[in-house]
Amino acid sequence: MATETILDVKQLTMDFGGLRALNHVDLTIKKGEIVALIGPNGAGKTTFFNCVTGIYTPTGGDVFLGGGDKKLTRLNGIKPNRIAALGMTRTFQNIRLFQNMTVLENVMIGRHIRTKAGIFSALTRMPSARREEKQTIDDAYELLEKVDLAEWANEFAKNLPYGAQRRLEIARAMATDPVLLLLDEPAAGMNPQETQELDTLIRKIRDKEGITILLIEHDMKLVMNLSERIYVMDYGSGIATGTPLEIKNNPAVIKAYLGEEVVDA
Amino acid sequence: MIGRGTRVTQPPFGTATMDTGPRMFKLSEIKKSLIVALWFIFLTFPIMVIKVNTIENVIFWRWRNMFMIGIGSFIVSLVWRYFQENEESGRRTLALFTENPLTKRMKMGSLSKRPTKDGIIRESNPVIQRTFYALLIVVALLFPFVNQYQTTILTTALMYVILGLGLNIAVGLAGLLHLGYVAFYAVGAYTYALFNMYYGVSFWVALPLGGILATLFGIALGIPVLRLRGDYLAIVTLGFGEMTRITLENWDALTQGPSGIAQIPKPGLMGLELTTQQGIVYVYYLAVGLAALTVFATYRLQNSRIGRALMAMREDEIASQAMGINITRTKLTAFALSAFFAGTAGVLFAAKTGFINPQSFTFMESAIILSIVVLGGMGSILGVMIGALILILLPEYLREVGNYRMLLFGASMVVMMIFRPQGIIANVRKVYKIDKGGRD
Amino acid sequence: MDLEYFLELFLGGLVKGSIYALIALGYTMVYGIIELINFAHGEIYMLGAYTALIVASVLTVLGFPHLAIVIMAGLAAIIWASAYGFTVEKVAYKPLRKAPRLSPLISAIGMSIFLQNYVLLAQTDKFLPFPELIPEFDFWEPYSHIIGSPSLMILVSTVVIMIILTYIIRYTTMGKAMRATAQDRTMAMLVGISVNKVISFTFVIGSSLAAIGGVLVASQMGQINFYIGFMAGIKAFTAAVLGGIGSIPGAVLGGLVLGMTESLATGYISSDYEDVFAFALLVLILIFRPAGLLGRNTTQKV
Repeated sequence: MATETILDVKQLTMDFGGLRALNHVDLTIKKGEIVALIGPNGAGKTTFFNCVTGIYTPTGGDVFLGGGDKKLTRLNGIKPNRIAALGMTRTFQNIRLFQNMTVLENVMIGRHIRTKAGIFSALTRMPSARREEKQTIDDAYELLEKVDLAEWANEFAKNLPYGAQRRLEIARAMATDPVLLLLDEPAAGMNPQETQELDTLIRKIRDKEGITILLIEHDMKLVMNLSERIYVMDYGSGIATGTPLEIKNNPAVIKAYLGEEVVDA
Repeated sequence: MIGRGTRVTQPPFGTATMDTGPRMFKLSEIKKSLIVALWFIFLTFPIMVIKVNTIENVIFWRWRNMFMIGIGSFIVSLVWRYFQENEESGRRTLALFTENPLTKRMKMGSLSKRPTKDGIIRESNPVIQRTFYALLIVVALLFPFVNQYQTTILTTALMYVILGLGLNIAVGLAGLLHLGYVAFYAVGAYTYALFNMYYGVSFWVALPLGGILATLFGIALGIPVLRLRGDYLAIVTLGFGEMTRITLENWDALTQGPSGIAQIPKPGLMGLELTTQQGIVYVYYLAVGLAALTVFATYRLQNSRIGRALMAMREDEIASQAMGINITRTKLTAFALSAFFAGTAGVLFAAKTGFINPQSFTFMESAIILSIVVLGGMGSILGVMIGALILILLPEYLREVGNYRMLLFGASMVVMMIFRPQGIIANVRKVYKIDKGGRD
Repeated sequence: MDLEYFLELFLGGLVKGSIYALIALGYTMVYGIIELINFAHGEIYMLGAYTALIVASVLTVLGFPHLAIVIMAGLAAIIWASAYGFTVEKVAYKPLRKAPRLSPLISAIGMSIFLQNYVLLAQTDKFLPFPELIPEFDFWEPYSHIIGSPSLMILVSTVVIMIILTYIIRYTTMGKAMRATAQDRTMAMLVGISVNKVISFTFVIGSSLAAIGGVLVASQMGQINFYIGFMAGIKAFTAAVLGGIGSIPGAVLGGLVLGMTESLATGYISSDYEDVFAFALLVLILIFRPAGLLGRNTTQKV
């Protein structure tokens, strides 16, 4: 098992005016892990994601991204599109698909940073540009097959049912060839069967594609089954970390969710 | 009660009212329209009935107008309400079928072939498309031989095709609400006019020059507005358009001010002297050529990596950024590209009319071009072309309409938005034929 | 730079700014409620002026006393402008409440063009002289070289109107309903507010203010034509955006800032580029404060 660090977050702090949304949060992920970030609503999980992916610039602390042959790169203050190029990508809590484009095109956008055809190439369609375009289509289609959406390649993204839209977002994120994939509540609104399929899909992504996964999730069953390690947040601070078993029995965690100490009888 | 045409409950599927005859002629509808007619008589009374001339201190009373308004608004009201009811119930029924999660699940297999309300996924048939365009080119090329007089008008229409397609890049593809497009048009026109006046630059040099200068101008305009959203972007771009016009009017030393620049030469044909008539035809063919190039270029752009980036940015800026798209660069690209086409159209305009002044570059122009894009169907090349042809040719051919032209123009903008907001040709995306990675 | 010149410019700026503020209020209130740039608002201003002119002319012919004419022309302007505003909303904007942002905007632009040409065709394209409805007050005579009676009238009216408007917004039921609808339309509907009535009311108020502005300006200028709505509208909208669109104090502030800037800039720099200064100011403000001076920065939820 490789012990290379993919994501190293040290003492991450985020203030919005007088409100401290993140308070010295630490988190480390090694290559190939599936790690979950959980906590009650308002704990700061999505804020954490936003800081790490460059949507916010943290007011304190550091975020380092590793992976591949690169050394650790400090991400603070780097724009989200650069971070995506460096290998970290994400999905969103409220699905953010390109509604008026087709399913295939949504995934093709994911290939944008890994391709380079510009205006001149677009206008002239030289052989190299055409090859790149064909490759983009092939790659995108392949990804659609992997998430079981290939039959809807030419359908508008907005016409897809909810579960399919979530899978599309994941396919689109995978198209960027990430080393680290952040999933923001991927199981939200799913029924048990869909959640099970999601579990299988995420495992497949990790096993077959070699992508490291960090997910925010409320569905405890999914979290416990899927993740190897869990970080728990509450009120902007990290309050516990460990394996699923350790977390399940951690009194601080129980207190955060249930509001009181529950003594195991 | 269901029978009286007033819907109290909405059943989950299907139509709601029992068929009791055309809804237009129900008593309740007639009563409502009567009230509407009376309202409009009241509303328009001062302006329509009383004509004031304070220069000569006379007042005219036009009672006939009052009756015309009354009858007219009564009829229009009946028809309008009828279509609006249909529109709403049509949308509602379709919405129930497409947005109900339960029915979505059931429809899994047949989605790809069903036409949706907002866009028809056609099987892209290259043969039909290419034949269509070929025919179009043939007609365009033969036109001057058929009818000489209309050639000038058609040239104008073609220029608006170029302008419409250019603005389409910013508004339709990239979703940037640009209300100051006329500024780039002006830059192109004045480039040719001024460089010709001071340095004797020929048309052929001015053409790319105008395009490039307009592009630079576009980038310059894009930089301050990068962080602005939607409506703020609209008003600032509008401001830029107006600022350009005012500067053109007042900076006499550079631009000759309100009197404009005259005697701009038509493009030469390898040094040959052309008669006026031949000159017009020549310009016409140039317009056809440029328009064809623009269509070609925008088509290529639309279905390329750049085009997709623009559309992604339009759909969701945050998500596209997260997928690696550089928003700053993409926005500036949109401004630059659209400005380029406007610049070339401007050079053509200067050559065609031989005389330009700031009055040709008002906000109204920007509004007209915007209408072409929106009415034609944003993002659709064919739609924009049709829109340009209709919007420019129709008023020309309805000569009697004359003064009422702008009135109808404004009214049709409103009507189009209410009854067919997607435009003439709705959002059509490229259909990729999949046979293990193949493409048409 | 002598003081008197400055004072003249300053007061001139205030007066101008007050007019901008009056019109800007209409823009900002409508935007606050339905997030629409009412392009046709400038035309409402113009229609108010025209209605006043028409009514005043008829009444003059009929021999009414001057004061009665002023009052009735003013009232007529308000009534009809409100009626136009109300109708425009019902015809061109209401059907598009659920449509994407661009549709009502195009509809508004279309309405603006329509109304301009409507007046053009129904009346005339020439500039029409407008009577000086606001008389020179005798008691103000000694000060009239600093600021003329009509200008004073504008300032006083604006202040009075602001006070009344603030009262309406803060303390009446309708005012509260307006604020509620502006913040969250769905919720307002759920608590029983008739959103349609609120929206119509907003348009009526905005139109009335614009009409008053129209009449005052027309009196001062001495003439009107069908196009005056356009530039006034753009400037006023600029003022509204400057102050933060959706914010009522913002509209007032924006109007005053804009008027002042224009007045001082044209007085000290150049008068040809008057309009350019207005837009340049707008761009500058928006670069540093994208939501305007008093605007609420609506952050997108990611």
